[in-house]
This record gives sequence, C-alpha cells and structure tokens, in this order.
Amino acid sequence: MVKKNLAAISAVALTALTLTACGSSSEAGGGNETGGKGAGSDGKITMGFAQVGAESGWRTANSTNIQESAADAGIELKFSDAQQKQENQIKAIRSYIQQKVDVIAFSPVVETGWDGVLQEAKRAGIPVILTDRAVDSEDTSLYKTFLGSDFVEEGKKAGQWLVDNAADADVDGDGDINVVELQGTTGAAPAIDRKEGFEEVISSNPEIAISQSQTGDFTRDGGKQVMEAFLQSEDGIDVVFAHNDDMGLGAIEAIEAAGLEPGKDVKIITIDAVKDGMTALSEGKINFIVECSPLLGPQLMDLAKKVLDGEEVPARVVTEETTFTQEQAAEVLPTRAY
Amino acid sequence: MADTLKPPTEVPQTSDDPTQLVVRRGPLAAALSHQLVWPVVALVVLLAVNVAADPGFLAIRIQDGHLFGNLVDILRNSAPVLVVAIGMTLVIATRGIDLSVGAVAAIAGAIACTTLVDSASQGAAATAIIACTYALAVCVLLGLWNGFLVSVVGIQPIIATLVLMVAGRGLAMLVTDGQITTVNNDFFSGMASGFVLTLPIAFVLAVGVYALTALITRRTALGMLIEAVGINPEASRLAGVRSRTIIWTVYVFAGLCAGVAGLVIAANTNSVNANSLGLWIELDAILAVVIGGTSLAGGRFSLTGTLVGAIFIATLARTIASIGIPPEANYLFKAIVVVVVCLLQSPQARGALRAHLAPARSPKGGARA
Repeated sequence: MVKKNLAAISAVALTALTLTACGSSSEAGGGNETGGKGAGSDGKITMGFAQVGAESGWRTANSTNIQESAADAGIELKFSDAQQKQENQIKAIRSYIQQKVDVIAFSPVVETGWDGVLQEAKRAGIPVILTDRAVDSEDTSLYKTFLGSDFVEEGKKAGQWLVDNAADADVDGDGDINVVELQGTTGAAPAIDRKEGFEEVISSNPEIAISQSQTGDFTRDGGKQVMEAFLQSEDGIDVVFAHNDDMGLGAIEAIEAAGLEPGKDVKIITIDAVKDGMTALSEGKINFIVECSPLLGPQLMDLAKKVLDGEEVPARVVTEETTFTQEQAAEVLPTRAY
Repeated sequence: MADTLKPPTEVPQTSDDPTQLVVRRGPLAAALSHQLVWPVVALVVLLAVNVAADPGFLAIRIQDGHLFGNLVDILRNSAPVLVVAIGMTLVIATRGIDLSVGAVAAIAGAIACTTLVDSASQGAAATAIIACTYALAVCVLLGLWNGFLVSVVGIQPIIATLVLMVAGRGLAMLVTDGQITTVNNDFFSGMASGFVLTLPIAFVLAVGVYALTALITRRTALGMLIEAVGINPEASRLAGVRSRTIIWTVYVFAGLCAGVAGLVIAANTNSVNANSLGLWIELDAILAVVIGGTSLAGGRFSLTGTLVGAIFIATLARTIASIGIPPEANYLFKAIVVVVVCLLQSPQARGALRAHLAPARSPKGGARA
C-alpha cells in the first residue's frame, strides 16, 4: 500500500511539474497563433515565435516586449504560447515551417529533444534563433544564434559592486565582510552560473568571504526561512547576496523581524530587477540589483533582419542589461515595463 | 468476543501479560513502549545535533517585546505544516489520503491576496477578514468536492484528490493571472509574522486548531467513529455509523485546514506565488502524520504525535540551513533522517536491533516477524 502510494506520489510529482502552468495563460493553447498569412512575398519579414508560456511576470513582460518590437520593426509576428509543454512548442514550430515563415525564434522549454524539429527547419531553409534559454545539441548548425542573458556575467556584476563598495559594506566594522548567499534552485543554470561569477570576482578581495550558502529555491518563502536560520547561526552578517529578487524580498522580512534594518544593518544585493524588487531598492531596503532583462525584443528583431540579409551574426548574443543603484531605481521605477 | 466476556479473571491476565513483561524490564522500558516516545526522542536528538554545531542554538531572548530565537522560528515555521497535518491525520485515520492540500493552500493564498489587492481599502483589518473568509469558504467547497468523489462516487482517495492536486495549482494561477501578487495589509501580515503574548500568532493559531480538533475528536465519540470507519467502513456502516458523512466531513476539514495553512504561508511573505505556495506540503504533512505514529492503513490516529511530527519537520528544515548542509545534499540528508526515524518507530526494526545487541536476553521478541 505504502509502496503503491509512493509510486503514485512520484508519478503525480512528475505530472505536476509539467502541468503547473496549465490554465495560467489567457491566450489559447499550443500552436494557436495570431497574425496573418504566410511568407513575405511582399518583402515583409514574417517571424514565428514559440513562447514557453506565461509562468511569471518576467515571461509576460518578455512576450509583450517581443510583440511590440515586432510591430515597431515592421515584422509580421506569429506568436504561440506552449504552456510549458515541449510537444506544444514542437507543434508550433512545425506549423511555422509549413506556413513557410522567414525566420523562427523560440525559448526552449527544456534543453534536449529539439534535433528532429530543428532539422526539419534547416531542410526547409528557415533560420532559427534561440532566445533566453539554450538547447543542448551537438549540432550547432541547427540554429543561427542564441540571444539571452549571461548568468555568469550577472554574478560578476553583483560581485563587482561589492568589491567596489567594500568600505561601506563592512557594516559592523570588524575588517572583514561576511557574506551569506541565498542560492537559486539547486542545479538550475542561473543558480550555478550566478554563484560562479560572484565568487570569481569577490576572490580578488581577501576581506570578502561567503560564510554561509544555502538554497532558497528562488522563492520568497524559501529566502525568508533560510535567512532566519542564518541570522540565528551566524554573527555579524554584513551582506546578503540573493540569486533573485524574490529571495532577497524574503530576506528583507527576516532581517526586519530580527530587529535589523535591511539595506543599512545588512546590505542586500540581488539579481533580476522585477517590480517588487525595484520598489524595495528605491525604498533603500535593497542596495544593488543586477538586471536580468526580459526586454530582448529589439535585439531579436535586429538579429532576424541581419540573418535574413545574409550577414554573419555571432553564435552567442548577450542581452543588453544594466544594473541599478538605489538612486537609479527611484528614477526609472515609474516607467518600468514589468 | 464471548470468551473474553465470560471469564472475567482471564481478561486482566491476557491484557496484563505484555505489561508484566514490560514491568520486568523496568520503568524505562515501560516508558519506551509509549507511542510518542520515538518521535520525541528523534526531535531531542535533532536539537542536540544543532546544539553541538552551535552552542547558542537554544538561546531565546526578548526582541522588540516578543521572544526571538531559533526555537521561536521553528515553532512559527511549523505552523502551516502542523495545520495541514492535523487535517491529514483525520483523513488518514479513515484510511484515506489527501494529496490536494498543497494546491488548496495555493488557491486560498491566491484568493485572499487578489481579493485584498482588488479591494478599495487594502490596508483595513476588515478587508483582510473578508478576504480570508472568502478564501476559506472556497477551500470548504474544494473539500466538499474531494469528499464527494471519495465518499459518494467511491473513487480511491489517492486518485480522487490527485484531480485537485493537479488542477488546483492551475486554478490558483488563473486567480493570480500567473503573477506574484504582493499585498500590503498589517492584519494579514500579522497572521504569520505577528506575536501575541510574546508568542508567534501563527503557532498559537495552529495549536488552537490542534486543541480544538483534539477536543472534538477525543471528548466526543467522533474520534472513535473516525477510527471505526478507518478499520472497516462497511462494518461500521452496518453497525449504524454514518460512514459516508464521516468520510465526507474529514475531507472538508482537511480542505479547511489547508486553506488556513495557505493563508499563513501567503501572509508570511505578504505575497502569493501560485507556482510555489505550499508546493510539496502534502508530502511534509503525510510525513508529519507518519512520524507521529498514525498508521497509513487507517483505524487509529494520534494528534499529539502529529504535533510532534510537524515540529520535527520544521526543526529539520532549520537544521539544514543552520549546520550548513550543502544545498546539493539537502534531500539526501532529509531522506536519511526520515529513514532513521521510521526505523526507530518500527517495532520489528527495534526488535531486530535488540536481538542483535543482546542475543541471549530476548530470544523471543518480534525480531523474526
């Protein structure tokens, strides 16, 4: 009985992982597109874009931005929402191939299993651009370029700010800077890469050391619980480095509950720059945010035009991203798209 | 049955027999035979590990007029699992299981937060009360649905509640539009982060649910009826117990408990993330119930055991962050601890261990079972 239950529970767990987002999107299901007729014999470029889904504010901003920049660039966009399912995305890409679009762009739901459909696109002579997430394939000729954030670089930017502001960051004035790290989901690319980039840069300053590092699963609740434990077990925490805004926001609550003032008694560095994070930054509760921007539409449209004009494009294009201090956050907050 | 009633002298003898055996082994062994001993021992050992790693682990001080320390955090963080596990205990006692509690918690959080955000006066206490009532009412409906599938339609509990486990999270995403909804309401926030008489409100709330449930099930016949249904629903029905109503009621209660937990979790971070709120809490709750000594086969339950189990799970979570287990090894560490606790609780495993340690002294025992 127990064994049966366990088997069922694990089956459920797997299903739930792939199904969590069903119903999240107000748009129609896989392979359902907006936009007009096929390839641009009239000289107008047609792009097929297969989006992951609408699982977060980040993703929604990403979709809106791509739709808007396509309109701005005069590119006809066929947009589909895969609701986090690979088969929906493959279906959508196949339908783009049949409709003979000029270029296909997509954010792969998972890393593997794309060779077949990408071969079909290649045979049909349609160039493919990956956005935001990479695919794991031996054959790099299957796609023209990968446009997305460089997570290692984000970690480095966060570390660089700490190195540059080391004098202020030593809150308790004991000569060394005690950093605690709230990692993302164990094994996730952003978590691994951000940690790597951050550690690489702070190693240049012997005063800075990470004393505790634990996963907060990229969630507020996780960040809060781990930070509560750190505050109890670790004396003289100067800096919190959180792999995303949400865990940083959780840490703020834990710090406040401990009677300390976030941003002053404990400095906080996060990555993402979503709205709630930016609000906290402008209120002085976070000290520095490295942007992980979803607004890659303009770059994508630019790349698509270059590819179709036969120009060489680099195999890896990094999203244009910036960083925000508290002053900058207050300035840009009213006009942020997400 | 008839034999045990007729010769009254024999009844105490047969029931005394194992007790006498225990008495011969001394009062310590008698204490060890109590059902709650092993979960409590596990909890104490876990706390001892923490104290060994950090001698100040148990320290509690007053901070801003309330208690502050690891133990206080543990009690506060155990509240959601405790409330869910209390509902789960009764469901499991009827030989059922409710996998949908995590999704129901997410729905409760989602409804409360979106109601707050959409309200004209977001910060008002009255708004928070209305939002919470609204969310809990929906949870009762969801519990009714689960109970209907199990008790009226007769679907196996694990499948019946699976429906809502998968669909529920989608519903929660629909309510929040897939976004993380942040709220700003002191009353709502206080449910998780506030303190009353220097104690965390969340824990007081959870203990309140525990006490009320214990009172209703153990001071009335309800607890016994639930156990009777768990042992044999058909036989208890023939004996005049309304099995269907009782099974239906425990699922509604589990839904309500999940809703309360969802509100506490959402209030803890003043936000709801339909993707992650209450994720896997059903498994933590089942674990708390099992650690507490309630059998998954139904027919008997221990609410106090569940209380200890929930605190144990919160302590385990704190231990991982506190003694610095590497994130990659989190699940392995958890798994090992859980396996050890389950072995401790198994009379067979304990018997085998005893037989191994002192083969001459107890040749009988349950080792060979």
